[in-house]
Amino acid sequence: MAEPIPVSEVSARVLQRRRRRPRWLKALLADRRASIGLVVLIVLVLAAVLAPYVSPANPDSMSFTMLEAPSWHHPFGTDDLGRDLLSRVIYGARVSLFVGVATVASSMLLGVVMGVLAGYYGGWLDTIIMRYIDLQWAFPNFIIAVYLVAVFGAGLSNVIIAIALAFLDDFARIARGMVLTIRELDYVEGARALGASDLRLMLRHILPNSMAPLIVQATVSVSYAILAEAGLSFLGLGVKASTPTWGLILSDGRSFITRAWWLGIFPGVAIMVTVLSINFFGDYLRDLLDVRETSTEKS
Amino acid sequence: MPAATPAVAPISPAAARRLRYRFVTSYLLKRVLAAILVMWAVATLVFFMLRAVPGDPVQAMLFDTADAHAVAVLRHKYGLDRPVYVQYGLWLWNIGHGDFGASIYGSREPVRQIISQALPRTMSLALLAFVIAMAIAVPAGIVSAVRRNSPLDHGFTLLAFLGLSMPDFWLGIVLIIIFAAHLRWLPAIGYAPPSDGFVPWLRHLILPATAIGTAFSAILARMIRSSMLEVLSADFITVARSKGLVERQVVMKHALRNALIPVITVTGIAFALLMAGAVVVENVFSIKGIGRVLIQGILNRDYPVVQGAILVVSAIFVMTNLVVDVLYTVIDPRIRLR
Repeated sequence: MAEPIPVSEVSARVLQRRRRRPRWLKALLADRRASIGLVVLIVLVLAAVLAPYVSPANPDSMSFTMLEAPSWHHPFGTDDLGRDLLSRVIYGARVSLFVGVATVASSMLLGVVMGVLAGYYGGWLDTIIMRYIDLQWAFPNFIIAVYLVAVFGAGLSNVIIAIALAFLDDFARIARGMVLTIRELDYVEGARALGASDLRLMLRHILPNSMAPLIVQATVSVSYAILAEAGLSFLGLGVKASTPTWGLILSDGRSFITRAWWLGIFPGVAIMVTVLSINFFGDYLRDLLDVRETSTEKS
Repeated sequence: MPAATPAVAPISPAAARRLRYRFVTSYLLKRVLAAILVMWAVATLVFFMLRAVPGDPVQAMLFDTADAHAVAVLRHKYGLDRPVYVQYGLWLWNIGHGDFGASIYGSREPVRQIISQALPRTMSLALLAFVIAMAIAVPAGIVSAVRRNSPLDHGFTLLAFLGLSMPDFWLGIVLIIIFAAHLRWLPAIGYAPPSDGFVPWLRHLILPATAIGTAFSAILARMIRSSMLEVLSADFITVARSKGLVERQVVMKHALRNALIPVITVTGIAFALLMAGAVVVENVFSIKGIGRVLIQGILNRDYPVVQGAILVVSAIFVMTNLVVDVLYTVIDPRIRLR
């Protein structure tokens, strides 16, 4: 039998435990890529929110200094209308990050509702929902987004709807799978025996325990959504022309890239750095929440 | 090789073959039927969604300036004055016979003709992109697995992250800036058919194909790495090593062949990715492939062209998935036939 531990040592251990850093923070600090990713993301979000204060110029004000190479005055150079590229890239972060988060939030909401309903009730509802999800699964998300924009037309809200609908199959599949596993567990049975309603079972008992893989998927999806938005904007199917978005700046600058390389480089670097940071952070979340690699790596 | 002892009554090899043959044919039949159903569902969705949107194609055709009479004449000509279910039936009949109608924008060219000109370009591009992706991914994946956790492995991991985070169309722009604008080694835009010779074809396609293939090579390299790691720890590899085979032979002959089996499943995803990439990248390099046709159609509100392009792109996906499924059952007989 183990020796009883003296009281003083117990309190020392408790104190030690309290002083110890939480697991997520320790893992984050140990993961250099994830820490860098998080710092970059915070900087990007701040830049987007504080765009009017941090950007050196008005992103829309034109000048006669057209297609000027990067300099102290214009760190990213100017475009064909003499607009400051750095300011446009900073303002572009607003649209990209907003679209990324808004699409994934709506996509997750819709997909999870579909997946939970399908998994919980089964039967014909499951068949209908999953047939649809299977149909969508057969196509790359970006192509679906293009199809939907073709139907709805361009514009900010339509782009968000199109990308959200295009990405919901991933969430629906994960949510359904989780529900099917959790539904059979003893504690859910117990709650049901105590008279919990279907809604309560789904919202209070099943969903909270399926969050880990959904959160990981959401992170991955934000990066894909940002890439998709940039692609749509680049093709002229994105938000309206007066809003600077990274994809649109690249598209506008395309005719000048042979003379003005900066128009082709900086907006793309902005996209890459953002997506890379999200991917770094997503990898850390995957390890932390112990979610095994899902087979959803299609874009 | 002697067969494993059967748990139940023994059957002759011929009977086993017959049984497997019956399984495979019924499986294939089911898959083909499912593929046809998917195509029908897509066609139906396309038909009804494009009709549900605000905006009249006839008005678009006449650039929103026509008088009522002209609109009525055109409506009648295209059968748009008939009930929707009649239109739907006719439409299904027509596309079933390869008739997608004619472009209503500018040329009035038959959609079938536009697509049959565009398809070889997209196919060339996707094929070359696939070759480039494999050429990058296979060596990178093997080296990462064999030299696990070495600086080289970490380097490849970082490169894979970069490849996945880069928009393919942006990589295309960067390649144009470097290789066309500054070094002047390769043409920036356009396409040369293979009939002009292999070198002009390659010179035009190598930049767009690299732009499309890079992201996929990152996914592929990671897959080959993890698959190789798994195989390298398997018993038969230990046996091969203990037989005294040189490491090179163990890796290249024994491990790689088995490690590539799961990679085949991703060729379906590969094709999907490469096609999605082609849709955007064709627009960067002004290659009039399916992607450019689709996007131009959308921008011009040219519905017959959009419908045709969507159906053809969808058909390519469905076919690829089917082929991959079939290929997989052929390569790995252990796969369970549902």
